[in-house]
Amino acid sequence: MIQIPNINISIIYPEIIIFITAVIILLVEIFSNGKKWYAQSIIALIGIIVSGYAVSNQWNSFASGFSEVLVADNFALMFKLIFLLGALLTVFLSIWYFRREEIQQGEYFFLILSSVIGMMILSSANELITAFLGLEVMSLPLYVLAGFDKKKLLSNEAALKYFIMGAFASGFLVYGITFIYGATGTTNFDKISMVISSRSFGIDPLLLLGFILILIGFSFKTAFVPFHSWVPDVYTGAPTPVTAFFSIGPKAAGFAILFRLIIKAFAPIGGSIIPILWILAVLTMTVGNLIALTQRNIKRMLAYSSIAHAGYLLISLVVGNGRGASAALFYLIAYTVMTVGAFGIVILLGEKGEKDLSINGYSGLAYRYPAAAVVMSLFMFSLAGIPPTAGFIGKFYIFSSAISKGFIWLAVIGIVNSVISVYYYLRVVVVMFMKPEIQAGRVVCFPVSLMVAIILAAIGVLQIGMFPQGWFEAVRYSLIGLF
Amino acid sequence: MLRIYFPILVLLAFAVITPLVMLIIPKILGKRESTPVKDAAYECGIPAKGDARERFPIKFYLIAILFLLFDIEAIFLYPWAYIYRKLGIFGLIEMGVFVFILLVGYLYVIKKGALRWQ
Repeated sequence: MIQIPNINISIIYPEIIIFITAVIILLVEIFSNGKKWYAQSIIALIGIIVSGYAVSNQWNSFASGFSEVLVADNFALMFKLIFLLGALLTVFLSIWYFRREEIQQGEYFFLILSSVIGMMILSSANELITAFLGLEVMSLPLYVLAGFDKKKLLSNEAALKYFIMGAFASGFLVYGITFIYGATGTTNFDKISMVISSRSFGIDPLLLLGFILILIGFSFKTAFVPFHSWVPDVYTGAPTPVTAFFSIGPKAAGFAILFRLIIKAFAPIGGSIIPILWILAVLTMTVGNLIALTQRNIKRMLAYSSIAHAGYLLISLVVGNGRGASAALFYLIAYTVMTVGAFGIVILLGEKGEKDLSINGYSGLAYRYPAAAVVMSLFMFSLAGIPPTAGFIGKFYIFSSAISKGFIWLAVIGIVNSVISVYYYLRVVVVMFMKPEIQAGRVVCFPVSLMVAIILAAIGVLQIGMFPQGWFEAVRYSLIGLF
Repeated sequence: MLRIYFPILVLLAFAVITPLVMLIIPKILGKRESTPVKDAAYECGIPAKGDARERFPIKFYLIAILFLLFDIEAIFLYPWAYIYRKLGIFGLIEMGVFVFILLVGYLYVIKKGALRWQ
């Protein structure tokens, strides 16, 4: 008999549930005629909720399986819950949008769910090859999703750009993994850290090169600044719910794996990788915010704002201790709800084909649809980081973690940046409330599914912003066993 | 420590310098003249006909991709069949799951009409 390794299949139950849901959606798509879009969306929602239940059942179990390749510690589980929350809200955003655009293909939900499986693998990967596998499973559906609006030229362009950039980034990542394997002889995170710290002489240049290449690979996905050039075009061209998913899912997944790499595998050489991350953080914040200032298109503006938010999150990566990691988790939760909310309003106010997405198109909105304008202002305030919203608490937590570790200048640059960002976020509010209505004919209907997403996001923004205590506790518990 | 990488540096320098030299020498020594034959894409081949940017049906591409996909499935089946007895019931279940996933894909391909040649 061949010795079969202990696989402990119970740790991938959440992934299996999502996968089965995705397959059921695909089977419904091919075997049923007539209207199935709503049925498929409900199946997707049920699958996501059941999977979330499975994740919460694993809480505090600290299991590992597949020869220690996958771990299900609380850190990974918290990230999995964030991905599932993002997917849930994205499905709510999509139901009406794709009906309006008349592209109701069930493959959409299949692709979203497949991508979530990849993110979940990425967040619980304890080994480089598995991380690569997770990244690819996450990315391949995303390439297709970017071009899901087949008849729109911009959407096709987005898919092609994203695919070429993504494939290139994967190349960097694999190249980096080979260097790490060459330098340490292993791909397991715990063993890498053991090998590095057992060496007496200085830092192996191969190791540093390998780390930088891996960082570049993930930087493309999370859109850090020298590697952000694809973001504006892809975010503008992709269907809006997909854009919302892009700005929350892959970003959170990238941070999950980067945190695990920096806290576990490369902790012994932390001193020499912090300057690299420091520069990356400053560049990402500053460039993202400065270019966002000049944007006229709301989707492009949100694209650059998502780059800037990745910069704030990078601060917590520089801090790199328990406080930084908990700040990042908290910020990611807040960021997920406020971004989904903002994109939800963009979908609500758009017309079929979304030809006009200029910020000036929203002028005078407050007179015609005061509720929509007020909720949009709430999300803009939260993205800018103004109390009493989730964005404020998240930023406060990140900057205070930087100061507690002694990165005063990083915190100062972050605060200056968030002051800059107030200008372009509040311009949307100013246009809505203080400019006269330019076009009389904007008619908006209020579909139920979209309203559910927006109201959930608005409640989330206010709840996290005003009563953050429970969230702090949850985030702190999710770091048990890591530090 | 860095000394052991010195040969790689030498190799790198060599790799950069050699093509540069090969590019520069003909510029200095060579004579330039262009004739229609010399400018052709394949100087010593069949004369070129038409444009290179010709469009051909996407069906070929689709068939090729699908063939690749299911061909790889068959490749995975061979080593499994070789050690089937040693793997026992565990191997059977694993392969069953794998084939089932591909079966769903196959059904999808057929129902969507990707194999219909028209």
